[in-house]
Amino acid sequence: MKKALIPLGLFLVLVVFLAIGLTRDPRVVPSPLINKDAPQFSGAILAQPEKQFSGKDMLGQVWLLNVWASWCAACRQEHPLLMDLAKSKVVPLIGLDYKDVPQDGLKWLARHGDPYQLAVIDRDGRIGIDFGVYGVPETFVIDKAGKIRFKQIGPVTEEALRDHILPLVRELQK
Amino acid sequence: MKFWLALLLALQCALSAFAGEAPPLAEDPVVEKRLIGISEELRCLVCQNESLAGSRAELALDLRREIRTLIKADKTDAEIMDFMVSRYGDYVRYRPPFNPLTWLLWLGPFVLLIIALVVLVRMARNSQAPGAAPPVLDAAQRAKARSLLDDPEQPS
Repeated sequence: MKKALIPLGLFLVLVVFLAIGLTRDPRVVPSPLINKDAPQFSGAILAQPEKQFSGKDMLGQVWLLNVWASWCAACRQEHPLLMDLAKSKVVPLIGLDYKDVPQDGLKWLARHGDPYQLAVIDRDGRIGIDFGVYGVPETFVIDKAGKIRFKQIGPVTEEALRDHILPLVRELQK
Repeated sequence: MKFWLALLLALQCALSAFAGEAPPLAEDPVVEKRLIGISEELRCLVCQNESLAGSRAELALDLRREIRTLIKADKTDAEIMDFMVSRYGDYVRYRPPFNPLTWLLWLGPFVLLIIALVVLVRMARNSQAPGAAPPVLDAAQRAKARSLLDDPEQPS
């Protein structure tokens, strides 16, 4: 009788494994950059291309880097949340206009609203590669020491903001 | 006649000039060969069942461009792999490295094989154990078996 239960037990183990597998999104690849120094970068500022912004400028404060583009449909989805976040002034939000024509990026911001303290131009995607960006939008939480502490792949959702990003930001700001 | 000849010549010049302007696809065959070798080992993150060598995704194009630059900068294959892994993680490699995170991945099949062999050997031993003699039919069972074999039409 006990022996007859072995296949059932094995089957249940299999079911548990498959069930866990189903809850995971294969497109979300864990970033090796978490808890490491954010890649050094500098680029022209979208609104004032004659000026440069460097990641180092933000040392000493917690900030968010939001990788976005005017051609990115999913960026529209997270955009209202980012606007609210900007209004709340909880944390500075820097945009990275990834593989975009600067004029298009500017137009997009003028049309939908600009949640960014400033946005950096990444015309050829070089900065994006250093950050391991593979799907826009992506959002990084960077701490006072310039370390990446969290990465949101895909649009920022209300849950992600409430349960992960904002608590982490508050903790890091202490 | 002279005019036509001149025109033909001019046209030819124009054409060859035009051909010269086309961007060379593979300027350096050695670089391209190495690029293909490396990028076949790497997964395209946008379309995950394609290698970086085979993918036409934007990101794959960009990454191939990066790898090409690195090759021209005389980086070794290992350095280029590191460049990719440090940005995208072990996941970009089609051949995952052997480390504590991947022990289960590499050794799991062998563990399962060993378990299966142990079970198999045990079962084989049990069936040979004394006392478990092959079943012997008595006369009545024999007769029933014969009748079944002789007459396939008969419902059992």
